[in-house]
Amino acid sequence: MTQPVLEIRNLNVEYGLGEQAVRAVRDVNLTLHRGEVLGLAGESGSGKSTLAYGLTRLLAPPGVITGGQVVYHPEKGDPYDVLGLSDRELRSFRWAETAIVFQGAMNSLNPVHKISTQLTDVLRAHEPTMSEHSRNARAREMLKLVGISPDRMDAYPHQLSGGMRQRVMIGMALILQPQVVIMDEPTTALDVVMQRQILGQLIELRERLGFSVIFITHDLSLLVEFSNRIAIMYGGRIVEEAPAGSIYRDALHPYSKGLLGSFPALRGPRRELTGIPGSPPDLKGMPTGCSFHPRCPKAFDPCAGNIPVLGRPGTPDGSARTVACWLHPTEQPVG
Amino acid sequence: MTSIPEAKAPADEVVLEAIGLTKHFPVRRRLRDLFSSRHDAVHAVDDVSLMLRRGQVVALVGESGSGKSTVARLLAQLYPRTDGDIRLHGVSTKVTSGAAFRRYCSRVQMIFQDPFASLNPVHTIRYHLTRALKIHDNAGKTAADLEQALHALLERVSLTPPERYLDKFPHELSGGQRQRVAIARALGAEPEALLADEPVSMLDVSIRLGVLNLLRDLKNRLNLAILYITHDIASARYFADETMVMYAGRMVEGGDSETVTQSPAHPYTRLLIDSAPDPDRLTGDVDVAEEDRGNGEPPSLIHPPSGCRFHPRCPMAMPRCTTDLPVRLTIGDAPGHWAACWLYDEATVAAERPGSAAGVAS
Repeated sequence: MTQPVLEIRNLNVEYGLGEQAVRAVRDVNLTLHRGEVLGLAGESGSGKSTLAYGLTRLLAPPGVITGGQVVYHPEKGDPYDVLGLSDRELRSFRWAETAIVFQGAMNSLNPVHKISTQLTDVLRAHEPTMSEHSRNARAREMLKLVGISPDRMDAYPHQLSGGMRQRVMIGMALILQPQVVIMDEPTTALDVVMQRQILGQLIELRERLGFSVIFITHDLSLLVEFSNRIAIMYGGRIVEEAPAGSIYRDALHPYSKGLLGSFPALRGPRRELTGIPGSPPDLKGMPTGCSFHPRCPKAFDPCAGNIPVLGRPGTPDGSARTVACWLHPTEQPVG
Repeated sequence: MTSIPEAKAPADEVVLEAIGLTKHFPVRRRLRDLFSSRHDAVHAVDDVSLMLRRGQVVALVGESGSGKSTVARLLAQLYPRTDGDIRLHGVSTKVTSGAAFRRYCSRVQMIFQDPFASLNPVHTIRYHLTRALKIHDNAGKTAADLEQALHALLERVSLTPPERYLDKFPHELSGGQRQRVAIARALGAEPEALLADEPVSMLDVSIRLGVLNLLRDLKNRLNLAILYITHDIASARYFADETMVMYAGRMVEGGDSETVTQSPAHPYTRLLIDSAPDPDRLTGDVDVAEEDRGNGEPPSLIHPPSGCRFHPRCPMAMPRCTTDLPVRLTIGDAPGHWAACWLYDEATVAAERPGSAAGVAS
């Protein structure tokens, strides 16, 4: 296995304080390895975006990180805990080491500034010694890299199409050559044709520049195709984590199976699909035990009372995957 | 209680028909155009024809901006049409407001994409449904009739027990439940045709199928004609009997869903299907080499390309495509399968073949 670049250990995030606090992310353990694409899938409200904001410390109040560690391994030097950084250290850490492409990135560009201003602004803040000429050169290079002609530098966001704006956002995230890029539903607002082009380009860029990606989406079929490993979240916890192929062919957790069975197939025989009955849990009134048990077709005695721990299952490929389900009790819990 | 008869009319009866439907939205004129005779317009929908039959689902698939939602709104008569005809049971109808519009509404209902926006946050579910029932005269005479009708509506969309939902506010329900309320409200009018504009795109993946299966069940029980608008061609295959593909305001291909998705004829439909996420193409191996299947973006609809609107992106474009608008050509593989593409016109293909003496005829 390659080197880890980001290790999340027992991360807990809550919204609000005291009695009314809603636990949005619970005891999450996750490791991102160098150069891999890690997919994070889950329904809305499963805590996947909160996890991303938590580990970059971008949570706005009332979001609070109540426990855990996020250990970052820089390319050179010793690993450190991101949660322990001072504001000053954090400022240089963000973007240079970890960049985010936000949900609805199409609207995250400032409409009153030119693309060039917005691209070079990052460089001005992080590399103040750089000359204006080289800043512009770098921005042009970045645009070319994401497939936009550099003569669009002086365009305003409204003069670009949705797909181009998304590419600008990706280019902007990569401009300081970060080790980790977090993409929060980057293509949800785009059409399938554009989505494929942008993701294809992203994979190509990753091969060339060697960064790692945390890819957050609710579209599991997309993840299976584009990522190396997939972690599935439900009710703030990771319920299963495995290589993409294993999830697709042989998911262990009933929720993962349900999610996979929720996509009509474009090829092969037409099957009757059911989706998952019920609706996602309310974070304020989480079911006891396994949070999925009220919707689970295979729920049995221990599910309602005890929370299953994430650990390696006893299957032949058990060393490469983890699952939190009483159907697959574990001897080796992680974290 | 005025319950909907389980089957009013024979199946296959055409409920709603669009013939050559066209909608152009005028573009605001600038000062410098004041003295010119130029009137720019967005060609949102051009020459769209489709038929909704009882007990059948027709899917309209396309990218955003292809005009598919405009078609739904034209059919619901929310926009006046520029040209073409809408026929309800064979009778040409044009309604704009008042009693005629309400009569039309009670037969053709629309379900919107966003259940978070289509329900009024300050009113309860009871209010929403009562209003639909009263406006369309389905509330009965007494309070007990109304109560019974409300319960029947909620039961029909599987929100049971109804008492639990009637006095809730929209924010107390999940997205899927809200969309079910929106469907119940549409059913309150006892319509014959439902126009569902991306009814599941805003919902969580795990509950989308629940709503689609509900719609299918309602279609079978109430013999509804449904227009299902979506950008997800895989769900069209799952849910619809017939699939039509739109590109830049025009229909490019149509036919039985299985045929259109399994042996697509138009290059655009092929591009759409190749672009859909496919888990069988596993892990990161994106073929960058075969990316020349028609990259780029949909054209401007103010000045759409001449000839076939897909020709600037089409990998198989021929000279004729740039000048002549393709007509609907029958594809031989299945009955009712057609594509608007010159590739299926033998004379054109023969003329374009390299070495052909005719070269570019005309």
